Amino acid sequence: MYTASHSRTLFIILTLLLVLLFAVDLSAGAVNIPLSDVWAALTGGELPETTKKIILNIRLVKAVVALVAGIGLSVSGLQMQTLFQNPLAGPYVLGISSGASLGVALFLLGAPMLGTAANSIFSTLGVAGAAWIGAAAVLLIIWTLSRRIKDIMVILILGMMFGSGISAIVQILQYMSNENALKTFVIWTMGSLGDVTTAQLALLLPAVIAGLVLSVAAVKPLNLLLLGENYARTMGLNIGRTRQLIFLSTILFAGTITAFCGPIGFIGLAVPHVARIIFRNADHRIMMPATALLGAIIMLLCDLISKMLALPINSITALMGIPIIIWVIIRKKNIF
Amino acid sequence: MIHLQNITIGYKDNILLRDVSVTMPTGKLIALIGRNGSGKSTLLRAIAGLGEVRQGTILLNGHNLEAMSTYQLATTVSFVTTERVRIVNLRCQDVVALGRAPYTNWIGRMQSRDRKIVMKSLELVNMQNYMDRTMDQMSDGECQRIMIARALAQDTPIILLDEPTSFLDLPNRYELCSLLKRLAHDESKCIFFSTHELDIAVTMCDAIALIDSPQLHYLPVSKMVESGHIERLFNSSSVGFDAHNCSVKMTEK
Repeated sequence: MYTASHSRTLFIILTLLLVLLFAVDLSAGAVNIPLSDVWAALTGGELPETTKKIILNIRLVKAVVALVAGIGLSVSGLQMQTLFQNPLAGPYVLGISSGASLGVALFLLGAPMLGTAANSIFSTLGVAGAAWIGAAAVLLIIWTLSRRIKDIMVILILGMMFGSGISAIVQILQYMSNENALKTFVIWTMGSLGDVTTAQLALLLPAVIAGLVLSVAAVKPLNLLLLGENYARTMGLNIGRTRQLIFLSTILFAGTITAFCGPIGFIGLAVPHVARIIFRNADHRIMMPATALLGAIIMLLCDLISKMLALPINSITALMGIPIIIWVIIRKKNIF
Repeated sequence: MIHLQNITIGYKDNILLRDVSVTMPTGKLIALIGRNGSGKSTLLRAIAGLGEVRQGTILLNGHNLEAMSTYQLATTVSFVTTERVRIVNLRCQDVVALGRAPYTNWIGRMQSRDRKIVMKSLELVNMQNYMDRTMDQMSDGECQRIMIARALAQDTPIILLDEPTSFLDLPNRYELCSLLKRLAHDESKCIFFSTHELDIAVTMCDAIALIDSPQLHYLPVSKMVESGHIERLFNSSSVGFDAHNCSVKMTEK
């Protein structure tokens, strides 16, 4: 446990690191652009049109998507871990990613079977839409069940079973589909920050901001939930409303981000643990901004690595996240 | 004051208490005893608003539990459960501060009055030197005290505790009970706790509530000892409890 001034220093250092990484992320890529040019492009200085376009139209959008996705997934993971009192909970425990992938699978693999050929613009918007509807449908079912089920662990198990069941259906769809559709689907599951257009960002950004507003409203309930649902209830917490608040912000975060970027694994699971290790705190008034900040940093880092190695983002987040989780579990079995 | 009016609790095929009416006054330390599975926790949970009552009404300081808002309930009754709270990175003073939740604003900002109450609560359980320790570095007895301090910080006229003594050694057990007794008498609280320690119930409390399913006997300690209910309920073919001398008797076979 650190004092308030420790936390403040950490916040300042991490914010500087975030700004630095953001700038580096804009400068790095297929064409390396010096940081001075990045600055010029952002401040409207003199630059060749092509360089300006690369930075403002391509890289800036991608970096903002990384930022937003990192924040959203991490904060969602923190909320899930506290709500379920389980260090292995994350934004996807309730079956959201499977729901999203079912939506996409039905759209990409199912639609061609029905003979609806789609043009490219329709299909990109359609993939996101289908994923969002799939994720929302799953969460709606879990939400409805959670009003009747008192035991939060039952909800967790239901979410996992649901996810597995849906994955089986997705596998059947994959098995029956043609090669092209299958490839598009598999690439979607690998995740991508680069496929988000400016128009889509205009949807993603407000959704994640709305999720953040709900998360801030959930800070005090989350602190009470640290002691478990029984204690929280005797201290005046309305459990039903709190679950709804947290589930709604989860769908805004995980549902929307998955819809546009594909299922990005392990960020939501690992970042809250990194925040706990660095900030040595449990209070969500510190943990929430700390997790958001670290989520943005780690996501930008993953994006940089994935650009340098030209690998899908999902494999990078997994390779970065898994060792963190293993380390946390081994170091301290009793993290909660 | 806890007032049970003709309450029935339990499950469909296992009624634990039937048509029980009892009034437990303010300023008393009251023990709840009964055999394993007799429904001690179920009764406490029901009074805390966590469980369900099949029939009848529970009145807390004159208010019907069913009709109370979550805020009203949280400012009337606090509950120390048997759950072990061992959260990494969570300091004792933060846990106790959570007890102020019903009184703080939407983000949980503490005012100077709240901080004073947290300090006083820590002092009452004699844990003021532990306020900066985290919950994962303390013994069971220390954790128990912190959870009680949290209940004190909640500043409710009624405090319920589910087996607060079960993880404690003998001196700790008695110290905890004299602390509870002091709180009940000096701070005029109604403190109702379940226990398996008959010696504690008989020597430390003002009154005893004894579950004799489906009945609940509620008597001052001296009358309870004389009534013979304890001896009758807590004996088997080889073990018996002598409430007058507070001792356990084994019968050789």
